[in-house]
Amino acid sequence: MAEQFRPDPTFYPSPRLAMEAPAERFAFTALLCPDGTKPDALAVVDVDPNSSSYGRVVHQVDMPYRGDEFHHFGWNACSSMLCPIGGHPFTERRYLIIPGIRSSRIYIVDTKPSPKDAKLVKVIEPEELMRRTGYSRPHTTHCGPEGIYISTLGGAGKDGTQGPPGIFLMDCESFEILGRWEIDRGPQRMSYDFWWNLPQDYMVSSEWGLPPQFENGLVPEDLLGNKYGHQLHFWDLRGRRHLQTIDLGANHQMALEVRPAHDPTREYGFLGVVVDTTNLEASIWTWWREGGKFHAKKTAIIPPEPADASLLPDLLKPFGAVPPLVTDIDLSMDDRYLYVSCWGTGELRQYDVRDPMKPELAGSVHIGGIARRTRHPNGQEFAGGPQMVEISRDGKRVYFTNSLYSTWDVQFYGRHLPGAQVKANVGENGGITLDPNYFVTFGDGLSAHQVRLEGGDCSTDSFCFPSV
Amino acid sequence: MLDRFFLLPIGLSAAPLAWLAVVALGCYHGLNPGMGWLLAVSNGLQARRGQAVFAAFLPIGAGHFLAMAVALLPFAVLSAYFSRLHDVSIAAGLVLVAFGLLKLIRRRHPRFLARIRPHHIALWSALMATAHGAGLMLLPAFLALCSGSSAVHGSMLALLEQSAGAAFAVALVHTAAMLAVGSLIAWLVYRFWGLRVLHRSWFNLDLIWAAALLLSGSIALAS
Repeated sequence: MAEQFRPDPTFYPSPRLAMEAPAERFAFTALLCPDGTKPDALAVVDVDPNSSSYGRVVHQVDMPYRGDEFHHFGWNACSSMLCPIGGHPFTERRYLIIPGIRSSRIYIVDTKPSPKDAKLVKVIEPEELMRRTGYSRPHTTHCGPEGIYISTLGGAGKDGTQGPPGIFLMDCESFEILGRWEIDRGPQRMSYDFWWNLPQDYMVSSEWGLPPQFENGLVPEDLLGNKYGHQLHFWDLRGRRHLQTIDLGANHQMALEVRPAHDPTREYGFLGVVVDTTNLEASIWTWWREGGKFHAKKTAIIPPEPADASLLPDLLKPFGAVPPLVTDIDLSMDDRYLYVSCWGTGELRQYDVRDPMKPELAGSVHIGGIARRTRHPNGQEFAGGPQMVEISRDGKRVYFTNSLYSTWDVQFYGRHLPGAQVKANVGENGGITLDPNYFVTFGDGLSAHQVRLEGGDCSTDSFCFPSV
Repeated sequence: MLDRFFLLPIGLSAAPLAWLAVVALGCYHGLNPGMGWLLAVSNGLQARRGQAVFAAFLPIGAGHFLAMAVALLPFAVLSAYFSRLHDVSIAAGLVLVAFGLLKLIRRRHPRFLARIRPHHIALWSALMATAHGAGLMLLPAFLALCSGSSAVHGSMLALLEQSAGAAFAVALVHTAAMLAVGSLIAWLVYRFWGLRVLHRSWFNLDLIWAAALLLSGSIALAS
């Protein structure tokens, strides 16, 4: 890969400079074919309001295999490349790393010279990943000081339970898998999401469940037996060692997305917990570092909504209620608003988190939902509920899609969810409204998962310089 | 102590051109964001104190000085033991050319640098300078200064003391120039220019850096 003479203009030294940079013109959306009849794909959506193809898919990269199950993905390089230590400012934010969470295959897509010409340039086979790391089911991708970090949900063996899952490293230019990241994993045995504070030198990781607990659908006995993940792990980032575990309590099942404050001087972040098995609530937790130790506290709860059993899937009929199911959260670049997807109840919430210990509900939109089934303002049906959220760097637009995971979609919504991507506009002083003119649909039989934005977004970039 | 190192063995006027090169290379290293000023700006912004910008230069300077001394000392020893300085020059030239070629061919950055903790600044500064051959770059100037003083004959110990003193003096003067330029830029970025300047003024110097190593090597070989 050719080195650039100047730093990539989409590497921003601080969160504020990221917000002030030109707005995104393209969104990249991971598409999965839940029944495996066609390959998964990467869709390129035109999000430039001045373009004649605004709000439409302008390009699609179809993969050569089937059954990968696209989920999360990320950039090969981002703003962390400007860090004084471990930085590498002359690489390019250019390649998307797209793991298949079911196949453990990893695709590298080149987005230059234009996202409209994006093309597949490399495929890393699951055997290669296994040989180099002993891990399977790759998930979250982050660009950091040692290259690309990718978390996994499974270990070795057919069902991924031989050995713990963890994080591995990939070279950000050659895409060679370098090996396991952890030197000492301590008591960590489950994995899901992770992120970090680069100058403060720590990492945070969370837990979903092991492959047998999600691949063929949610296992109700495991959920009611509190056997899904419910811990946060804190790590020494450069030392690659486990430092501390915080157990949220076994009833807090599925600790998913970890969102640290973007400003590196702020030593706190948030976590979304899918469901409390004692009362079906979802919760938001704030974690922080104080006195050299990490702490976590439940700072917001979202109650379940009672519903007629006839509207509910078998799984929920005995409860007569819809759990909110917080499946994704995302923090705006200025660390002001936390967006929370309630995939079950069909709501996207906006919390004002300027005081991170006291999130205040600032806005909300309803769309989809197991029982509510709210239509989009344009009159169209929105299958599923708000799920993967991505916020524009300037904080004015919030894009989201509707699918959680192929087998879980069927369990909760009774069918595979036709992919949709919609957008909420953010008010000057908070509040969100759905944009009636933005409703992107994808090809037949394709569901939609994570969204990434051209030039970076609020769940990609991490910084070594504060906003001042 | 200092004047013993500075003045007695060499004499500042002995080779003004060589000293100029030592200072110029210090300025060049100081200008380079990767040699320290960027880290100092980050430290200042994180602490929200201008003082923290300058405080960072203590470990940066210590690390840089150490890297220079470590690169020069083996040649100081060689030049003391081999009366024919020409041989040492050739050895230095070959090392430099080899390192420059390596930098040209293997353009990847050493990944172990990313493992250094953000608060181990002196270690980072020393390894960063070493990995980029910053100390080797000083060799031609250093050897020129040694040859200027080789007329002074004496015991082996005296010769060694003399060349080691010269190595320390060169490392010290060079580091002082690097710190002066680096801290000036760090302060300007921190206080006036802001982080935006990174995109406008940070150039990829890898090629120029490799060229500088090759040029230094050629000078050493030719001398």
